Amino acid sequence: MIEHPRAEELVEAVASWIESLRPSLPPRDAFLARVAANALATVGRELAQGPAADQATQARLVALLGHEGDLASLNADLCDRLETGEMGVHTPGLLATLKANIIDQIAIDQPNYVSQPGG
Amino acid sequence: MEVDILGHLQALAPKLGGTGVEGVQRLSGGASMETWAFTLVGGAPGPAEMILRRRSGPFNAAESRSTSLATEAALIQAAHHVGAPVAPLVRLCEPEDGLGEAHITGRVAGETLGRKIVAGEAFAAIRPRLARQCGQILARIHSIPGEALDLKTADALGELDRYEAIYRASGARRPVLELAFHHLRGNLPPPLPDVVLHGDFRNGNLMIHPETGVAAVLDWELSHRGDPAEDLSWLCVNSWRFGRSHLPVGGFGHYQDLLDGYAEAGGTAISLPRLRYWQALGSLKWGVMCLMMYASYASGATPSVERPMIGRRVSETELDLVHLLEVGL
Repeated sequence: MIEHPRAEELVEAVASWIESLRPSLPPRDAFLARVAANALATVGRELAQGPAADQATQARLVALLGHEGDLASLNADLCDRLETGEMGVHTPGLLATLKANIIDQIAIDQPNYVSQPGG
Repeated sequence: MEVDILGHLQALAPKLGGTGVEGVQRLSGGASMETWAFTLVGGAPGPAEMILRRRSGPFNAAESRSTSLATEAALIQAAHHVGAPVAPLVRLCEPEDGLGEAHITGRVAGETLGRKIVAGEAFAAIRPRLARQCGQILARIHSIPGEALDLKTADALGELDRYEAIYRASGARRPVLELAFHHLRGNLPPPLPDVVLHGDFRNGNLMIHPETGVAAVLDWELSHRGDPAEDLSWLCVNSWRFGRSHLPVGGFGHYQDLLDGYAEAGGTAISLPRLRYWQALGSLKWGVMCLMMYASYASGATPSVERPMIGRRVSETELDLVHLLEVGL
């Protein structure tokens, strides 16, 4: 176990250092520094939530596709079926599965993103 | 080679109606386009704020989605002629101006930052009127005679082909994008006559004045001919609502106001389902563009922190697409 410090703590330390520099930077660099701090925050969320999100996604794909497999092969199988139209918007459970998987991913990528149901 | 922008603008000042320039400042620069702000001084009406746009990189007119700056200048004049608000064209630069492919426009007062427009107190009073105004302005833009302009044409199927090819070439496998490509291909809207489109009409490319609303439509470089619903819908893509997702038009207004404004100003009748189809296609396109920006980092072509982070915006378009597909397209 690697824990003194944990990876999350290192990421947090670098992000707050970048934040402290930001006010002194010219506009373009200040913008990129904010992007960099956001990138680290994303890494932090991925470290914390990524393994559980991948596991949940895999379980949902197993249920939808009706067979076992690792996440990459399940994802590829689903993509093949969607590309050919074998599965589509009318496939029971498809949209609910896709939505649950994206909600897990967006919680890592952009937790503040607001998307109105209904589009 | 570094171009002496200040020197060339000083020399050009008499042709712009002044005696010199001040406050020359670079606003932004992409890989191939630069924007500069400056003040023309010594002219009869007093100091005038202006914007120089110039191409700083290579341009392949046949392959690029962007128009030339000469076409952009012609579009700005044509839009002005039909009554759409623009930053007025001051000069289409000549080779002897020394600025390369470039044009100069007036600078219109207002705000372009989407977040401020959708949430700022200063814009609270004007916000409810913006969607209708945008509809009216788009109807005028769509009335521009396109024959004299050097514009490409794109329809829904062509856009799907183009973006699916990019997606396939990226090697990414993303279920929602697969579903969206297949579904949109199978549900193409019936064709409408082509019109001149702005091509990037969204919150962020509109100069908004807190009292009068849309003061200028900016950034004409993606103009092309196509389905009028493409322009109406791009403004509604959730990625440009800046967190005000419940207000589908730009984060400030309602679909019906946009469509009413469009019809009032003489636009052809556009149904909401048609608009929503194109909105989904817009989200799909933006998702693929985000993937492309990540790819330009991954390939080593653009080493910045910004590009890979944009890749993490693909999931926002996927959530938006699922929300659209849930209610039906």
